[in-house]
Amino acid sequence: MAKRIEVKDLDIYYDKFLAVQGVSMTIQPRSVTALIGPSGCGKSTFLRTLNRMHELVPNARVEGSIVMDDDDLYAPSVDPVNVRRQIGMVFQRANPFPTMSIYDNVAAGLKLNNRRLKKSEMDDLVERSLKSANLWEEVKDRLQKPGSGLSGGQQQRLCIARAVAVQPEVLLMDEPCSALDPISTQAIEDLMLELKANYTIVIVTHNMQQAARVSDTTGFFNLQGVGKPGELVEIDETTKIFSTPSQKATEDYISGRFG
Amino acid sequence: MASTTEAPPRKDRAPQRPGDRIFAGISTGSGVLILLALAGVAVFLVTEAWPSLTAPAEDIPGGEGLALYIWPLLFGTLISAVLALVIAVPLAVAIALFITHYAPRSIAKALGYVIDLLAAVPSIIFGLWGINVLAPVTVDPTTWLSEHLGWIPFFAGPASSTGRTMLVAIIVLAVMVLPIITAVVREAFTQTPKLHEEAALAIGSTRWEMIRMAALPFARSSIIGASMLGLGRALGETMAVAMVLSASGGVSFNLISSENPPTIAANIALQFPESSGIAINTLIASGLVLFAITLVVNMIARAVINRRKDFSGAN
Repeated sequence: MAKRIEVKDLDIYYDKFLAVQGVSMTIQPRSVTALIGPSGCGKSTFLRTLNRMHELVPNARVEGSIVMDDDDLYAPSVDPVNVRRQIGMVFQRANPFPTMSIYDNVAAGLKLNNRRLKKSEMDDLVERSLKSANLWEEVKDRLQKPGSGLSGGQQQRLCIARAVAVQPEVLLMDEPCSALDPISTQAIEDLMLELKANYTIVIVTHNMQQAARVSDTTGFFNLQGVGKPGELVEIDETTKIFSTPSQKATEDYISGRFG
Repeated sequence: MASTTEAPPRKDRAPQRPGDRIFAGISTGSGVLILLALAGVAVFLVTEAWPSLTAPAEDIPGGEGLALYIWPLLFGTLISAVLALVIAVPLAVAIALFITHYAPRSIAKALGYVIDLLAAVPSIIFGLWGINVLAPVTVDPTTWLSEHLGWIPFFAGPASSTGRTMLVAIIVLAVMVLPIITAVVREAFTQTPKLHEEAALAIGSTRWEMIRMAALPFARSSIIGASMLGLGRALGETMAVAMVLSASGGVSFNLISSENPPTIAANIALQFPESSGIAINTLIASGLVLFAITLVVNMIARAVINRRKDFSGAN
């Protein structure tokens, strides 16, 4: 588990509009990579190209390459469904399936593609996933209750359990704490630090303290102006980005001097 | 220290604005009006049906009593409406899915428009189409069915030579209820939260799995509701069935013979002009039965929808 992702000269287009330009980075396995930057700079867009979720938007396309270990994610023969099996995603708003119980939410990914698991195997996997999302103790007595009855922070951890249940290589998180209170945020951050032992984690966040707390590497995205494409200004060790960044724009942004 | 704190004089009511009061009045009035109309219909049906309920059996048309008069009608009504739904609901769900999840935008729009147009066609047109086009076309296939699949009760035969069979009535009804079901289900599918679709895709589901995981459960109660709407229309449909169905027989599952049970609504339409006295009361009694089953159908639908309320996503 946990793989390295190499991104090279990635341009992201919506139809003819160039949204993000020239991103190159290496995402290290078993570490947390945080992407920060102002709204609209393309960091979420970039995150969604890593598991080809951006393709849900009609006419979205990329140029350049994204290679996970030795597999080109955009090779013509690659099925995006398989990419998403290996690269899981957690969204800004917790989105457990409202029609399913807590148990079924976690098991949802395990039932896909006609995979048949024995009841006991399924129970084990659900328990292990909920444990690794630090949710097991809170829900073990109500696994058959609807997932939408949980609190916001619990729902987000349920989504993390659902994502790790299919045993992906990489976990993408798109502002996972932006709708949560500080205590739930703390729980998710602790969880990320635990999960990085087994997964490659990429997180988009607006909260710079959060990036500083949880990540090993931080990338700063920015855009030159309205209508211009977003770009990766620099990416480096988190301690370096938050102490002595090499770019003026990064320093301005993290010190709050940014517009 | 004995201090008695006098409660400040309470205003009896919060101030009310005339706009609020007028609107509350209008909406309450409308609600009451609906109940009154429903009660009025029920009272009318019961009082007019009453003489036939108390009349001796030999006075009822057919001479065997009210229950035996209505039973074939009820059977014909239920079998035609239910089988029409069996055809229409899966088709409607499939069309709605195609429009919302598979078709390119331009085709989806055109198709949706055509389906809506279908809903605007008067039922007499469907009756004409059934009797002039569909009925003759079915003669050969139903003959084949009765010869080769005659062991299935539905196709026992002998096949009608005119094609004015229960099968044709069912198909016509299915086409008639298709647009309303499709429209309601399509609306539900377009409202499937993007969040849930993305959640399904992000754990590696295919498009069909995403639909099964996110879209169908979300639309479930709408599908049930739409089916009940369609069932209501199929139960009450008069003209098309009256034209298409050659009704002469009693209770039978045989869908392709020339002897079919009539339906309540079509029977009322056909018999009413030539009836008088107790025969009219009898027809109205059959109408009362139709009214009752429509109520029951709706109550069952409610119960089904409410049973899994916790999981509906509305909380």
